[in-house]
Amino acid sequence: MSTGNLEEAPRSTAANTGGDLVVTRVSKRYGGVPALNDVSLTISPGTVHALVGENGAGKSTLGKIISGVIGPDEGTMSLDGVPLSFKSPRDALSHGIVTIVQELAIVPGLTVAENVYLGVETSRVGFVRRRESRRMFRELAKTVGFEISPDRRAATLSIADQQKVEIMRALARNASIVVMDEPTAALSGNETVALHEIIRSLARDGKSVVLISHFLSEVLALADVITTLRDGQLIRTVDAKDATEESLIEGMLGHSLLTAFPEKTIPEEDQTIVLEVEHLSAPGVNDCSFVLHEREILGIAGLVGAGRSELARAIFRDAKVSGGTVRLNGSELAGHSPSRSIRRGLVFIPESRKEMGLLVGRSVKENVSLSRLDLVSRFGWIAGIRERRKVTDLINAVTVKAASIRMPVSMLSGGNQQKLLFARSVMCSPNVLIADEPTRGVDVGSKRAIYDLLSEMAQSGMGVVVISSDLEEVLGLAHRVLVMRHGRIITELSGDRMNEQVVLAAAFAESSNEGTNP
Amino acid sequence: MNVPIESPEVLDTNKKRSVALRSNTLRILGSWRLAGIAIPFLILFISLSIWGQHFLTKANLINIVDQQAATLAIAAAGTLVLVAGGLDLSVGAIYGLATVVSGEIAEHHSAWFAITVALLVGLGVGLVNGMIVAYLKINPFIATLAMSFVIGGVALRVANNNLIVLSQNSTFYRFANAELWSVPSAVWIVLVFIVILALLLAKTTFGRRVIASGGNAEAARLAGIQVNQVRIITYALSGLAAGLGGVIDTSRLLSAQSTNGGPTLTFLVLAGIVVGGTSIAGGEGSVPRTTIGVLFIALIYNGINLLAIPSLYQSIVLGVIMLLAVSIDVRVRKHRL
Repeated sequence: MSTGNLEEAPRSTAANTGGDLVVTRVSKRYGGVPALNDVSLTISPGTVHALVGENGAGKSTLGKIISGVIGPDEGTMSLDGVPLSFKSPRDALSHGIVTIVQELAIVPGLTVAENVYLGVETSRVGFVRRRESRRMFRELAKTVGFEISPDRRAATLSIADQQKVEIMRALARNASIVVMDEPTAALSGNETVALHEIIRSLARDGKSVVLISHFLSEVLALADVITTLRDGQLIRTVDAKDATEESLIEGMLGHSLLTAFPEKTIPEEDQTIVLEVEHLSAPGVNDCSFVLHEREILGIAGLVGAGRSELARAIFRDAKVSGGTVRLNGSELAGHSPSRSIRRGLVFIPESRKEMGLLVGRSVKENVSLSRLDLVSRFGWIAGIRERRKVTDLINAVTVKAASIRMPVSMLSGGNQQKLLFARSVMCSPNVLIADEPTRGVDVGSKRAIYDLLSEMAQSGMGVVVISSDLEEVLGLAHRVLVMRHGRIITELSGDRMNEQVVLAAAFAESSNEGTNP
Repeated sequence: MNVPIESPEVLDTNKKRSVALRSNTLRILGSWRLAGIAIPFLILFISLSIWGQHFLTKANLINIVDQQAATLAIAAAGTLVLVAGGLDLSVGAIYGLATVVSGEIAEHHSAWFAITVALLVGLGVGLVNGMIVAYLKINPFIATLAMSFVIGGVALRVANNNLIVLSQNSTFYRFANAELWSVPSAVWIVLVFIVILALLLAKTTFGRRVIASGGNAEAARLAGIQVNQVRIITYALSGLAAGLGGVIDTSRLLSAQSTNGGPTLTFLVLAGIVVGGTSIAGGEGSVPRTTIGVLFIALIYNGINLLAIPSLYQSIVLGVIMLLAVSIDVRVRKHRL
């Protein structure tokens, strides 16, 4: 069992145990946006080292750098004093560093043993030595205490068992450092307990586990050392025994720079209800109910995968709805047709503008007028002048900076691309706008412009729903906030209760607390 | 509102020069694609005029277009299918079915009845193609390939495996062979059809929806476009065009056989579209360019005949040109995205 004192962690129990993995002043940017800034830490053998932080704090980026999936822009890494530079995960593997990601990388058509030894098969003149690998598998399974038949096809395994296969694969490659990104996110209660035991036993055997997790109680139960990240910065690294849930949340929040938000104009009490969602269920959405008034901005917060986008798409009738009703301006919205939703006055700005929003190779003009071609045409014939005038007015209104409305959208900045989607939405003159991650990958200046747009749209009488992983954004914009977890709306906050601690506590709360909050 | 929205006037003055610069670049980039096929076409045309005996005669030129009438019509509609993100490998089979349907009926009934039924058969088969692709979610390559076997079998049944021969002095003959200003009606009909499809794609709301459906189906759907409906219409148009092509050629040649058209025609149509620079990946394309592409291939064939080059070189040249056309398209796409 690992102790609190890292220096005394057992080092010599296994031959393949490496020394300290030292990360020094590592930075990483994505398209000018810093994801990780000057982070240094030491991962010692025989410890579970947890990385915690909000969505986008940089913990997954750090995990990917350690496991060689991406390279840092600046900074260095060394293992047992030897400098490392990985060109690929394979490089990292040869140094004993293995990642186990959320999307498992097993080959469903192969057997368990074949998966474990994939790429490192013992072979004789090209023929895999089945019996040999099966014997090795049994030995390995015994040391880690797994009970999986080597001959089962991987496709028939539960997710937890698939994860075991991944772990055994890591061990079969003599991994000394295992990086796990949200390993229990997809697991049931029993499976989680089993995985926790595995993580502990790995540390007992002198390996290091880098554990990236959203679940604070899991982190506190398993980790020896906890590093908190916020906005790409390392806030602090502490011994797990000195940490509490409160201290971790406090560290994750901190007091980062506030982006200026437009002043909130909270609507009067008796506004008409424009959108009414009752007991809505769909894939990833479980019995959600809420109302939206005109002139109101409603925020939806929650972790990635909590079902926020799924809820939006179910309301927009883009996803198959399995139960419940959506009423728009008092009348029910049924069927399965985004085009009808738009005609009825509900527009949706999807979370990834390039995949789901824009025709990137086509012009600004074509992209803006797409949803309302009827406004710029007569008998199906596009009126060129009317379209140009209309689109020019719209993009000026949403402050898009484009040299020409004929230029392809791919030549615009991310912020301007996002504003185009707003121009398209405004053209639909909706009653309700749902914006999913409206400022993702957008520079600070455009962010402010988009906040202003959302605020103006609400003031003009629309009901606006803003879904965002940026908590500050939700709290800064919304008049009321819903927090989602596991496809459910866990709590509704307004007024004084709308603060980061309450939202985070609700979003991070464990399933055991489910139901305590009506 | 705490931050003033930047006024468009300021923006205009600041960017005036770069506006002019950019939009020029864009115009060049746009017309460059047309030039990509038009310039080789012109070079070939001029070379043949100089070196090919009897090339630059009215009879030869009209003859080329008359022979290509069916291919031109089918390729024009096929362009819309490709732009919408689909693919129709059944046009050769539909063409064959239309020839025997119109031939069988024209033997015993009125010409206009035969023509109408054949066109409706083409349209109907196209609709079925579209619905299979859209609702059963079968890959268009497989769906239309499978359909081409089904249609081929039906055509065989309709004709009882016979060659149908029609008499010359009939309304049916005049459908494609009546002359106006010494140009046969087949050419006029196809010209009108091509112009309509070209305008449909380039100037109408339907055309925009076709482009959007092929460019990014997910984005199009979320923007309120009924992608399935749009795609079904393009397949229906493709079927209609194949039917029209079949009727025109039956009328021109006064004979019909179920094996007419087939894969050879299908691939010639695709070759024309691709040489014209329409992307197989969808979201981009032009009917006029396809027309030039089809005529370009026709000129190569014609020229090789006129210059008495062994005909085996025809297909080699065609293959190399297609590879060139597609590799250019790949480069352009990479550059733009």
